[in-house]
Amino acid sequence: MTDTRTTAAHGGAIGLHGIKKWFGTFQAVDNVSLDIRSNEFFTLLGPSGCGKTTLLRMIAGFELPTEGQVLLDGVDISRLLPNQRPVNTVFQNYALFPHLTVAENIGFGLKMLGKPKSEIDSVVKDMLKLVHLDGRGNNPVTQLSGGQQQRVALARALAPRPKVLLLDEPLSALDLKLRKSMQMELKRLQLETGITFVFVTHDQEEALTMSDRIAVMSTGTVRQVGSPWDIYDRPAERFVADFIGETNFLEAEVISVSGEKARVRLSSGAEINATYPEGITPKGKVTIVVRPEHARLGSSGSGMLEGVLDDIVYLGTDNHFHVKVDGGSTFIVRQQNAKSGHCGFSEQERVSIAINDDVAQILRD
Amino acid sequence: MAKSFSIKRQPGFATIAMFCFFLLYLPIATLVVYSFNSGMSIATWEGFSFRWFESAWNNQQVVEASWRSLKIAAVAAIIATACATLAAIATTRTGPYRGLTFKYSVINMPLLVPEIVTAVALLILFSRVKVWTGYSGLGYLIVAHSAFCVPFAYMPIRARLESMDLSLEKAAADLYASSFQTFRYVTLPLLWPGILAGLMLAFVISLDDVVITEFVKSGGQDTLPTYMLGQLRRVVTPEMNAISTVFLVLSLAIVTLFFFLSREPQKNNE
Repeated sequence: MTDTRTTAAHGGAIGLHGIKKWFGTFQAVDNVSLDIRSNEFFTLLGPSGCGKTTLLRMIAGFELPTEGQVLLDGVDISRLLPNQRPVNTVFQNYALFPHLTVAENIGFGLKMLGKPKSEIDSVVKDMLKLVHLDGRGNNPVTQLSGGQQQRVALARALAPRPKVLLLDEPLSALDLKLRKSMQMELKRLQLETGITFVFVTHDQEEALTMSDRIAVMSTGTVRQVGSPWDIYDRPAERFVADFIGETNFLEAEVISVSGEKARVRLSSGAEINATYPEGITPKGKVTIVVRPEHARLGSSGSGMLEGVLDDIVYLGTDNHFHVKVDGGSTFIVRQQNAKSGHCGFSEQERVSIAINDDVAQILRD
Repeated sequence: MAKSFSIKRQPGFATIAMFCFFLLYLPIATLVVYSFNSGMSIATWEGFSFRWFESAWNNQQVVEASWRSLKIAAVAAIIATACATLAAIATTRTGPYRGLTFKYSVINMPLLVPEIVTAVALLILFSRVKVWTGYSGLGYLIVAHSAFCVPFAYMPIRARLESMDLSLEKAAADLYASSFQTFRYVTLPLLWPGILAGLMLAFVISLDDVVITEFVKSGGQDTLPTYMLGQLRRVVTPEMNAISTVFLVLSLAIVTLFFFLSREPQKNNE
């Protein structure tokens, strides 16, 4: 047994190389290759059944890849048992040991590693402080609230100082307010411990809030990897744009390409600049995406797209304007309510939409 | 509006229920009452006394048979529970696979096979073994009792395992526990109430057995039930009642304990 798995001073880097996973005739993961960097908060984001949890379980060792390799700091760990990997998991249902106290739960990993009792006690004490449960060490875990159990699960997984911490939708059982504060908490813990976090979620907001980088997954494949900003503002394909936030899809035609930008003509005849994903040269008819908050509503004739204001949805901080653009499609404009009072537009009015500079993005497909 | 259908409101429900209870418990009640009879009869009441309890206590044969029964039941229950625990883990801690149903059937077979068939089979087998080995001790009875107690011990243990969260064992493995450590520190402590329940059930079943014991035992190896059966052929005194009463109390105590032990986990899970 190596000692490196408990004395790691830095987070480990995970390399996934050509991972495929079949369950009988069902392919859960299809040729995924990813590099998760050291000390990174990395999120696997996707709808249920996209293979993100299966991928996590293969890093933990609960599943073996049918094909491909899992590397930890360059060493192949694909065939190691879960207890041989310096990687710990925070389970969706916490999986706390009901017959043990809070302290015994947190110290479990170190005890299994054969650490002396004095060391276990001091680590447990530090962990209790880290997750704000000082003085609760002797409580049975069954008497804790959901949020407290969540923190015990975190402390238990962090106590052996793993190189990588895996989190399997750990916040999904908490109510909204608790979830928000735990998001901040998780981010803080990741920065304080320097451990690489791999977080699995289907909640796009959670992913955008916490992650350094996000991999968006669908039907067993990785669709796009990038920073939250990349994923939100520069979606490479329709699935990513659609899954994260609200989006307007527009048909356009490429006129010219120069450097990183392309000049495209909208159906109305207006021309705007749009960025495009790496690896393609846009030409002919393309689909572009524009986020609702990246457009402004104006009086008829002032913008790039003309239409009829179909619906105004009041959301407190914002208004959503659903505009039926001439030619058929619906365009949503989101505008902040900077002032109180009426927004100044009324339904069935003819309006015009102006798209901000450098916000449009051409999709790959 | 008509009230929802309730079996309790049907005519004759209470009467039939009472009749069934009488049928079930009247004989037992009579037996217990007459164990305190001061006379020789098990049908005519002559006064209250502990005479037959004393007489049973002083009857060397009864004491020996009781000890033998308890010894066999204790050892057989432990062997059966150990086997049942292993069987339960093997049948619940793997994914479904071909042959699993077959294994269930094999484990539970003793519940379905008529006891007399097992008894005759064991008699034939053991008579051969006796010739080969020359051994004729209590071992045969213990082996026989262990065998038919396995499914009884298996049931509560399997039920307990099935209600246990599989992710606990995964969490243990994730936290560097080897498979033995996982069993030692997580599975076993959580399984303990199920194992105790299985142990007690097996103990009571073994204590009570007549048919298989009657066939397998050698001379001078009477257990309490077979001893009592033998006595019935001679003269029946309230001593039999007294012995039965003691057994009844013992069984009730064990079953009550079993009940409380198997109830506890539900409280814990909340």
